[in-house]
Amino acid sequence: MSLTMFDKIWARHVVAEGPGGQTLLYIDRHLLHEGSAAAFTRLGRAGRRVRRPDLCVATADHYVMTSPGTPVADAEIAAMLESLSTHTAERGIVLFGRGDVRRGIVHVIGPEQGLTLPGMLLVCGDSHTATHGALGALAFGIGSSEVEHVLATQTLWQRKPRTMRITVDGRLGAGVGAKDVILAIIATIGAGGGVGHALEYAGDVLRAMSIGERATVCNMSIEAGARCGMVAPDETTYAYLRGRPFSPTGEAWDRALASWRALPSDAGAAFDREVRLDGATIAPTVTWGTSPQDALPITGRVPDPAAIDEAGRRQSVERALGYMGLTAGMPLTDIAVDRVFIGSCTNSRLEDLRAAAAVAKGRRATVPAWVVPGSGLVKEAAEAEGLDRVFREAGFEWREAGCSMCVGMNGETARAGERVASTSNRNFEGRQGKGARTHLLSPAMAAAAAVTGRLTDVRTLLR
Amino acid sequence: MSRQAFTRLTGVAVPIDLPNIDTDRVIPARFLRKPQGSAGYDRYLFHDVRFDADGAERPEFVLNQPAFRPATIVVAAENFGCGSSREAAVWALMAYGIRVVVAPSLGDIFHQNSLKNGLLPVILPADVVAGFRRTLHARPGTTMTADLETQTLTGPDGTAHHFEIEPFARQMLLTGQDEIALTLGYEAQIRAFEVRHLAETPWLALSPPRA
Repeated sequence: MSLTMFDKIWARHVVAEGPGGQTLLYIDRHLLHEGSAAAFTRLGRAGRRVRRPDLCVATADHYVMTSPGTPVADAEIAAMLESLSTHTAERGIVLFGRGDVRRGIVHVIGPEQGLTLPGMLLVCGDSHTATHGALGALAFGIGSSEVEHVLATQTLWQRKPRTMRITVDGRLGAGVGAKDVILAIIATIGAGGGVGHALEYAGDVLRAMSIGERATVCNMSIEAGARCGMVAPDETTYAYLRGRPFSPTGEAWDRALASWRALPSDAGAAFDREVRLDGATIAPTVTWGTSPQDALPITGRVPDPAAIDEAGRRQSVERALGYMGLTAGMPLTDIAVDRVFIGSCTNSRLEDLRAAAAVAKGRRATVPAWVVPGSGLVKEAAEAEGLDRVFREAGFEWREAGCSMCVGMNGETARAGERVASTSNRNFEGRQGKGARTHLLSPAMAAAAAVTGRLTDVRTLLR
Repeated sequence: MSRQAFTRLTGVAVPIDLPNIDTDRVIPARFLRKPQGSAGYDRYLFHDVRFDADGAERPEFVLNQPAFRPATIVVAAENFGCGSSREAAVWALMAYGIRVVVAPSLGDIFHQNSLKNGLLPVILPADVVAGFRRTLHARPGTTMTADLETQTLTGPDGTAHHFEIEPFARQMLLTGQDEIALTLGYEAQIRAFEVRHLAETPWLALSPPRA
C-alpha cells in the first residue's frame, strides 16, 4: 500500500488506539518557552512529575527584550523569564537562557541545533511549530493543557487529520522567495483552507529551496489553517543536519539516514486533497488586510468591497480596509509605511538577513527599520559576513535575538495607526500593537520598503 | 488541567458575524502574562474591540448590547479561533461565561483547547449557522440549547440540529474527566512503546550536545 510521509510518521508514533477514534501518540521532542510556565505550575499543583525531562528543551524568546545592550524588563516580564528558569532548573530541562548564544526563537534554534530531525514527532506550545516540518518532522502547535499533558505523559491524544499536498512546480522569478510562495498558497486555499489537514509541500520550487526557505513555507501552515506542514527530506536536508550539535554521528547517523530516506511519500500515495501552483506565476506578494489570506502581487490594487457578492466576505473586506486605513482601488505601491520589521520565526534566518541586506546595501532607510536575528548564532553568523555593518550603514537597527515585534508580548510594539512592513506571519488587528497596521512581505521586500518608505516591488531595485 | 463537565445548557446566544476571528482578537497578547482566572480576566475577552482607549464600552460591539450581555453561547462564522495557540482565548471566553461555541469551522488548536477546558464546540453547516446569526440579530436575547448527551443543538427558532462530536471528546466533556489521569493509566503501553521506539530509532534520544 502506498503511504504518504505523514502516514508513515504517524504510524511510527502510535502508542495505543484509544476510545472513540483517538490515537495516543508518542512525542519525541517537546520544545518549551516562557509561555509554557503555566503548564509547569499546574503540573506541580497536581503533584505530577515531568516524565521525560531529557526530551524537553527550553528557550526564552517570546518575552525577552531585543534592544541592543542589556535590556531591562518590567517586573511582570522579568517574572515570566524567571519562572521559566526556575521550572526548567528544578526538573533538569536544558534551557538556552539569557546570556547563552544558542538562545533564540524556538523554531529557529530547533533546526539550528539539530534538535529537530526528519521523521520525529515534535510539539511546542506555539502555533508556528509546523516550521520544523522543513526537515521532514511531524511538528505541530499545542495549547497549554496539551503542554501539561505532554510534560506528564510524553504523549498526546490526537485524531488523525486528513492530508493535503501542495505542489509548486516550475521556477521562481528573480526577486521572488519563499515568503511570496507561502503567501500565494494561503491566498489560494484561504486562511481556513487547511483546517483539519496535515500539509505536505512538494514540487520543484520546494526541492530547490534551502532548509531556511522551506522553514518559511512550513512556518505559515497555520495561517492556512493547518496545524502541521512538511517537506520530504532530501540531500539538502541531510547536508544541513550533518554536524549540528544534537545531530546523530557515526553509526547512529548512518542508521538515521537509512531511515530518513524511506520517509518521503510513496509514488502512488493518495492525498485527500491536492493543490498545484505554478512557481513562475508567483510575484513578490504583500498583504493589504487583516488576514494572511488578504495577499496580492505587489503590482495589484487594494480590493473593492463593492465588487464582492458574498456578504460575509464583503463585510470582512470593508472592516479590514477601515482598520488598515486604505482606499479601495489604490495601487499597493502607493502605500507609505511608518516602520519596518525584519525578523520572526518566519523570516529571521541567515538567508533572510542576506536577502534583506542585498537590497539595503548602499541605500538608506527612510523610516525606522529593525533587524532582529532569529538566534544568537544567526546573529553571530550574520556579523561574520558583515551583514550587521551593511544594515547599520543603511540606517537599520541591528538587534538581539527574539520574537520581538512579531507578537508584541515583550512590549516591543508599533503605535496605534502606525503602518509596519513586516516579515512576520500575522497581520491580525492589534497583532503588532493595539491599532498597529501590518503588511506581511518577504525580507527583500521589507528592505525595499525601508529604503523607499513605501511598499515597493523589489524587482525594481535589483541590480 | 481542569475541565468543566458539560451536559446541557440553555442560554442567550450572541452572534459574531466576521469569519476568521483570530485568537489575538479574542485576547490580545499583552494580557497573556496574566494568570488564568485572575481578577478581571473576563474583561480581556475581545478587549480591544469591546472597550475604547479609556476602557469604556464601545456600544456598537455586540456583547455590549444589553440583550446579548448575559450570553453563554457564541454563534460564530468560519474558522473562528484561528491563529495563535493561546489557550487564554478559551479561558477568557469561559471567564465571561461562554460555554458553547457554534461555528461552521474552528481553528484546529482552538478546537482542541476548547475540549480540554469544557467549552463545547458545535460544528454545523455554514448555512445553518448563518441562519442562527440572522435570527439572533432579529431577536436579540433569544436563547439556544446545547445538549451533549443527545448531541442536539436547538436554534433560536426552536429547530433541533444533530451535531457530530468525537466519542472520546464527548465522554471527556460529559464526565469532566482528568485526561492526564486517564493517560497515566496507559503507562505500561507507553513504557513498552518507549523501549521499542528507542531500539528502532536510537538517534532520537537526546544526549548532551557535542562541544
